[in-house]
Amino acid sequence: MENMVNVFLMGKKYEVPSNLTIMKAYEYAGYELVRGCGCRNGFCGACATIYRIKGESELHGCLACQTKVMDNMYVATLPFFPLEKKIYNIEEIKPTEQVMMQLYPEIYSCIGCNACTKACTQKLNVMQYIAYAQRGEYAKCADESFDCVMCGVCSSRCPAGISHPQVAMLARRLNGKYIQPKTQHLEDRVKEIYNGDFKAALDDLMAKSDEEMQELYNNREIEK
Amino acid sequence: MYTNEEMIASIKKVEANRAANAAYEPVRMTAQEKDDILKTYHPDYIESEFSTLKIGPNKGEKVPHELAALLQANSRIDPSKIDLEHPAYDVDVLVIGGGGAGSSAAIEAHNGGANVMIVTKLRIGDANTMMAEGGIQAADKPNDSPAIHYVDAYGGGHFKAKHELVYKLVNEAPDAIKWLNELGVEFDKTEDGTMVTTHGGGTSRKRMHACKDYSGAEIMRTLRDEVLNRGIPVVDFTAAIEIIKDDEGKAAGAVLMNMETKEIMVARAKTVVIATGGAGRLHYQGFPTSNHYGATADGLVLAYRAGAKLLYADSLQYHPTGAAFPEQIFGALVTEKVRSLGAKLVNVDGEVFMHPLETRDICASGIIRECKARHKGISTGDGEGVWLDTPMIELKNGEGTIEKRIPAMLRMFMEYGIDIRKEPIIVYPTLHYQNGGIDITDDGMSGVENLYVAGEAVGGIHGRNRLMGNSLLDVIVFGRNAGKSVAAKYKEVKLGKLTLDHVNSFAKEMADAGISTDAVSPKLLPDYARKAN
Repeated sequence: MENMVNVFLMGKKYEVPSNLTIMKAYEYAGYELVRGCGCRNGFCGACATIYRIKGESELHGCLACQTKVMDNMYVATLPFFPLEKKIYNIEEIKPTEQVMMQLYPEIYSCIGCNACTKACTQKLNVMQYIAYAQRGEYAKCADESFDCVMCGVCSSRCPAGISHPQVAMLARRLNGKYIQPKTQHLEDRVKEIYNGDFKAALDDLMAKSDEEMQELYNNREIEK
Repeated sequence: MYTNEEMIASIKKVEANRAANAAYEPVRMTAQEKDDILKTYHPDYIESEFSTLKIGPNKGEKVPHELAALLQANSRIDPSKIDLEHPAYDVDVLVIGGGGAGSSAAIEAHNGGANVMIVTKLRIGDANTMMAEGGIQAADKPNDSPAIHYVDAYGGGHFKAKHELVYKLVNEAPDAIKWLNELGVEFDKTEDGTMVTTHGGGTSRKRMHACKDYSGAEIMRTLRDEVLNRGIPVVDFTAAIEIIKDDEGKAAGAVLMNMETKEIMVARAKTVVIATGGAGRLHYQGFPTSNHYGATADGLVLAYRAGAKLLYADSLQYHPTGAAFPEQIFGALVTEKVRSLGAKLVNVDGEVFMHPLETRDICASGIIRECKARHKGISTGDGEGVWLDTPMIELKNGEGTIEKRIPAMLRMFMEYGIDIRKEPIIVYPTLHYQNGGIDITDDGMSGVENLYVAGEAVGGIHGRNRLMGNSLLDVIVFGRNAGKSVAAKYKEVKLGKLTLDHVNSFAKEMADAGISTDAVSPKLLPDYARKAN
């Protein structure tokens, strides 16, 4: 007999095997999921979930696909969370402190309660990356927020109304485009291709028989 | 956490051999050995797992049973009940699918001045692109060239890929990286801007670019942000369930269905791009999958019913290293980057049994052989697998490498009390990628005029086996390619009268072939709900 636990899915009690994830518990209970289910592997943030263990005061955030059920767990999976995403032209903005002030001024209303960090499903230091964003330290903000799956649980807990994942998204794009060093070998190669430098070699390969290609492939030199 | 005594005893052997195993360079297989192992152990060669199609453009060809059942199934609609005269949406370009290929296509179509719209049955970004961990190939280093990349990709695909598609894939790869970087994608670089690149299985140069082990997620979230910044409409939780044609037989839109309310709507479009991704959730041969929830081959079904030919639809990729333990993450992807960084495949006795960076089909076959024929796998209770000795990574590259380079892997296993810096993990092949798909020409168009395809739904780019890092590359290169093509094409399209006659014809073909089934397609989502009683 499997070890069973009681879980309260959207408040309703179900008895499910204790080794299931919350997502599989929904399915075990008979739900055909449309919302609250995406990659099922912890990358997409579709299954943002809030839970509390009966009798405890603390509220937890998690991804339903990555979290095992526990006995007496009260579970609410968020079907959607209204994050505020500001529109900008990545070609026109610059990585200055002002850009955050213009697009996401609410970050300066952070009261330092740390509820975002406590709620983070990825265990990121959310309040810290917001602090970096406030100071215009976008490379640090990008690094600190890198594993964010944009599920929005942090924002659901924020008294200042900050859309943390969107702030971090902006910081990462600024970092990737403007702050990280440029790649000279990439620029050079793109120019060479544009000049048609590899056309003859590729045309030559296209014209080869499969036997000739096999010969080339099986004897190619492999970089150590 | 490992509590099973047999596992713990085996781990001791793995630990005892670790230093010697790390230093050991396993011999790569010869061409003949590769050929033999594939034919004996690769799932694509198990004939009883395939059916012959009785109707449609690929009549007489073999595809997996599960796909055949959907390709030869009933439409979800009765064409006579669809009002084609009053479309809810009327656009230049309709992109079906909100993953990496669909988003790239939409952005390029938008650049070309088209009125473009994305429909997706889940949300934009709920896609295999989001889950790609290891990286993206591009020959942009001085010791590398598009020609060398061509040989790797074409040979890795067993000389079956379409030349002109491989040409485009490799030749436009560096520009794809540049495009992504300029959109703000954060690639791993050294302080002077040099890309940090590694090997993948079957690469002859280190050309794997990565964003830690969130490569696909970083690319996907950036593309999504860009789609939204441009104001491109994204109609989410809405599936395309049939292609609409005009009276000249050209693609002219799609019938849409709201996934929640089931409302049916019509989108009229001068051009259509299918970017619906793969098929892992069909669980061919009962394999678990690393794919996202919506990977049910919908695009293949839509295109097939509209008359487009498929190519290599019988060729699937089983990623050698799916998680085999614990049960909660069974089938989840363990990125190939783990092997790129130095982890080797080790059997129950602690022996390295093959080179860890053979191509994926060879590696998967090698693991299956080790378990099924040589009986040197590790039993997990639900199945078996082999060790992937992750602590070797830090032995080779120094402490901290795992946290810095593969944080998602560290997190995934840590949830279950397994610290991959100190303990090895158990892996077994998982259904990962649809090598085949819809046949296209190099402008991205299928056999149906004005019906374009991009991403995993395409067949022929990778032949019969795809290399690691060529899929993220393909979604960007062929997504952009399709977007540019439709942006040029829509301007000359004059739509005729809309029709769903092809759906009726297909039903008649089914009846004439004696196919009688309750199945409807596209499938849209897998059925995982437990049925009481």
